[in-house]
Amino acid sequence: MRVGLFVTCVNDTLYPRTGQAVVTLLERLGVQVDFPMTQSCCGQPQFNTGYRHQAEPLMRRYATAFQDFDHVVTPSASCTAMIRDNYPRIAAKAAAEGRGGTMSEAAAGAVAKTYELTEFLVDVLGVTDVGAYFPHTVTYHPTCHGLRVLGLGDRPLRLLEKVRGIELRKPAGAEECCGFGGTFAVKNPAVSAAMGADKARALTETGATAVCAVDNSCLLHIGGTLARDGSAVRPVHIAEILACTEGSAL
Amino acid sequence: MSAASGDVGGDASRERILGRIRRALADVPRYERPRDHPVVRDYLRAHGERTPAESVDLLAENLADYRAVVHRTDTAGLPPLLGRLLASRGARRVVVPTGLPGGWLAGARVDLVTDSVALTPRELDGADSVVTGCALAIAETGTVVLDSGPDQGRRRISLVPDHHLCVVRIADQIVDSVPQALERLAPGRPLTWISGPSATSDIELDRVEGVHGPRTLEVILVDGDPRSM
Amino acid sequence: MSGAVSPTGGSAHATYLGMPAFPRAAAVSTRDSGLRANLRRATHTIRAKRAAAVAELDDWERLRAAGAAIKDRTLRHLDHYLVRLEENVTRAGGTVHWAADAAEANRIVTELVRATGEREVVKVKSMVTQEIGLNAALSEAGIRAYETDLAELIVQLGDDLPSHILVPAIHRNRGEIRDIFRDRMAQWGRPAPEGLTDRPADLAEAARLHLREKFLSINVAISGANFMVAETGTLVVVESEGNGRMCLTLPETLISVVGIEKTVPTWQDLEVFLQLLPRSSTAERMNPYTSMWTGTTAEDGPRAFHLVLLDNGRTDTLADRTGRQALRCIRCSACLNVCPVYERAGGHAYGSPYPGPIGAILTPQLRGLTSALEESLPFASSLCGACYEVCPVAIDIPEVLVHLRERVVEGGEVTVRGTRTVIKPAKRHAAERALMRTAGWVLDHPAALRHGQRLAARTRRFHPRRLPGPGRAWTDTRELPRMPAESFRDWWARTRGGPAGTRSREQAS
Repeated sequence: MRVGLFVTCVNDTLYPRTGQAVVTLLERLGVQVDFPMTQSCCGQPQFNTGYRHQAEPLMRRYATAFQDFDHVVTPSASCTAMIRDNYPRIAAKAAAEGRGGTMSEAAAGAVAKTYELTEFLVDVLGVTDVGAYFPHTVTYHPTCHGLRVLGLGDRPLRLLEKVRGIELRKPAGAEECCGFGGTFAVKNPAVSAAMGADKARALTETGATAVCAVDNSCLLHIGGTLARDGSAVRPVHIAEILACTEGSAL
Repeated sequence: MSAASGDVGGDASRERILGRIRRALADVPRYERPRDHPVVRDYLRAHGERTPAESVDLLAENLADYRAVVHRTDTAGLPPLLGRLLASRGARRVVVPTGLPGGWLAGARVDLVTDSVALTPRELDGADSVVTGCALAIAETGTVVLDSGPDQGRRRISLVPDHHLCVVRIADQIVDSVPQALERLAPGRPLTWISGPSATSDIELDRVEGVHGPRTLEVILVDGDPRSM
Repeated sequence: MSGAVSPTGGSAHATYLGMPAFPRAAAVSTRDSGLRANLRRATHTIRAKRAAAVAELDDWERLRAAGAAIKDRTLRHLDHYLVRLEENVTRAGGTVHWAADAAEANRIVTELVRATGEREVVKVKSMVTQEIGLNAALSEAGIRAYETDLAELIVQLGDDLPSHILVPAIHRNRGEIRDIFRDRMAQWGRPAPEGLTDRPADLAEAARLHLREKFLSINVAISGANFMVAETGTLVVVESEGNGRMCLTLPETLISVVGIEKTVPTWQDLEVFLQLLPRSSTAERMNPYTSMWTGTTAEDGPRAFHLVLLDNGRTDTLADRTGRQALRCIRCSACLNVCPVYERAGGHAYGSPYPGPIGAILTPQLRGLTSALEESLPFASSLCGACYEVCPVAIDIPEVLVHLRERVVEGGEVTVRGTRTVIKPAKRHAAERALMRTAGWVLDHPAALRHGQRLAARTRRFHPRRLPGPGRAWTDTRELPRMPAESFRDWWARTRGGPAGTRSREQAS
């Protein structure tokens, strides 16, 4: 099976290790991974801040970049949610404004083929034991868009539970937002920081050494808050845990 | 339409608002009739299958869960029970609706105050208890519904006194669910749905019983037909 | 504001007017540890209870879908249903008035009260009369309004503003309530009992004693309504304390001020909402008291009944195809109780009687994007989606938030008092707009993106840990991530693809 990797702009620029982990993991599972260089950003920051029209070219770019793939895998629940929930809305609104063109096909195509990483592993490949080894105490933070827009449910936890050596700890208020929210973090810094501080406290109280999530954007905020607080908990994307084996520390 | 003077609240505003609504709904096709917009009613008419006896138990359980005091008796046992309950509270003045069967309070040693328009709110406030029947009761929610029928009286009599005794006929007044209740109620009548004594969640979102309505609600579930007493 | 009727001697009515934009207000309120503790305790108490009450009904999602559909049917034919409602209320002995805005509603109510010759009214909790500022308008006319809901009483005695839809005094804890009762009740009527404790039951008892005198003597009541049934002309008030029943049955005159969106088509429709509302709101199977009345009834209850149907921005909201779903709202407050932003910022930061997620989409639509406050509200959310999940009428609040954000930053078509108009992008977003345009261009030109990434990687040792200017909003409380030496796309090109890009690993190896 050959899949396209949509690494996302955040991972491309700030967290290349996450993208590398996805490649390592999928190849270990016998999947051939390609990375079309014409890919960029899904358009979520623009769309969610109100710049819908700025998101349109990025939606078209996404559709074109991945037109030759049946499956696109992305290590971001939030970007997957953007594609699945908002691409059809962008196309519908453009059509209502008389600029529909091929946008609805672009949107429908993107929706049909895009999978968040844990969805792809559990639903498409049908695996939960990916042969990973990670001898650390980890707390899992279910991010909002994974939880409530994609409905990932326990897929990430089922994958983590099969990791050898791992000890999982559930944080208090697990399903509460960390306070990132994209531009919310800088438009409403006081509330964002208050939410982040409460989240950081709950994560630190688990005694875990790492907090794991399906989104580096949330981990950017959580990790930044933990680091400023001097917490011992380190942020790590789920792909990086699943990519680790006994022979290979990432 | 309007009792207010000049144009305030009059036809001009009526037409302005209705005109705004019609312009706002320009996207709704002109041929669409209200019932064309689908409402799927695939929700349940009642939650779960219950025998009549189980419905009575559920009603009692849910009433008690919201701090109503529940009693069960039969027709013959009703007057002594009412007498005992009123006596144990030391009730002296007891309000009754005009159509309350006379036998119900035959055994009670109290002053009966029969509901009438002449009764002032302040006089009602001086009463210790009120005894009424009801229109029906809802098992799933622990609710009694009063519809101002002859054995229930005006809405205020079951409100101002601090103690309300409400009689429910087991045989024909208990329904399972809210949908079943609404089917049986007449919209034109003033209705009061009562689920437990008055309560508030206004202090720290925690429930406390007892504010302006009766602080004690006692519901008496009666076997047989006590109407002819 | 007339000082003559001000019982507190100070300003008679606290007001939301001139409140700062959400981020500024929230920057203050999030530092109030007492407020944070009160809100945390209250919202967390109700969250688990709501979940349990909802879980009892295995057809909850079907009820929710039916609730949304009934409201949509009503909204799509609102003119039809309002005319039917008017006919049926009138036939049952009521009088219907139409108010296009707050000022008109206040004039109607004031004149109706004046016509009775009374100078005092009792009020059932009503968010809509908060919205229109009715108490202040009555006060100017020399009419004193007594709030009778416990939380509204706390707000009124404390010269405060509501901060929650269901529990307007949620920001007060029991100790503060005790102090307000002890210090202020005497100025409004019967004083608080000697030695009043902060036990909730004692506080409730104090309110009972204080208000009983008003209920027994005042002849005019003002209420809102939860539902109005078009086919029967029936109004429904859902409550807990019995203050609603007192107001709806003891006075001679009843005036109900109700937003036009509270209409439901049929009697049968109540079977959906009377299941959805109590469980979502107070997490009860059924609230203690629900009153339903149709016009007037001989010898039972008020002899005169007036219904004031209020627009005040609702038709403008209705004109917005995405935003109109906000009019489905049944004011249960479940979205407030689960909202992490509301929990920390508190209700007052939203600058309106409708706080929390629903307020963030309702206030800017009812009032229009008229000031920095309204423009800031659509951004007062992390888009976590908890509000949508619990909404009993499935209002997709995040969708509407994003839609309104677009109106703020890009401008576009809106309806203001019934007239379609095109608004310009908000000025204060000019710098952000330029930044977004630049970012949009870079992201649409991967070569430029790659160039930027490399520049950032080369200079990464010199990146400051704390940013100046707007960047401080991030670095005041959070570390910046370390820039990696190499972007993913450079790593891929180096190890797998060569500079031109993509495809086969074989080529690269």
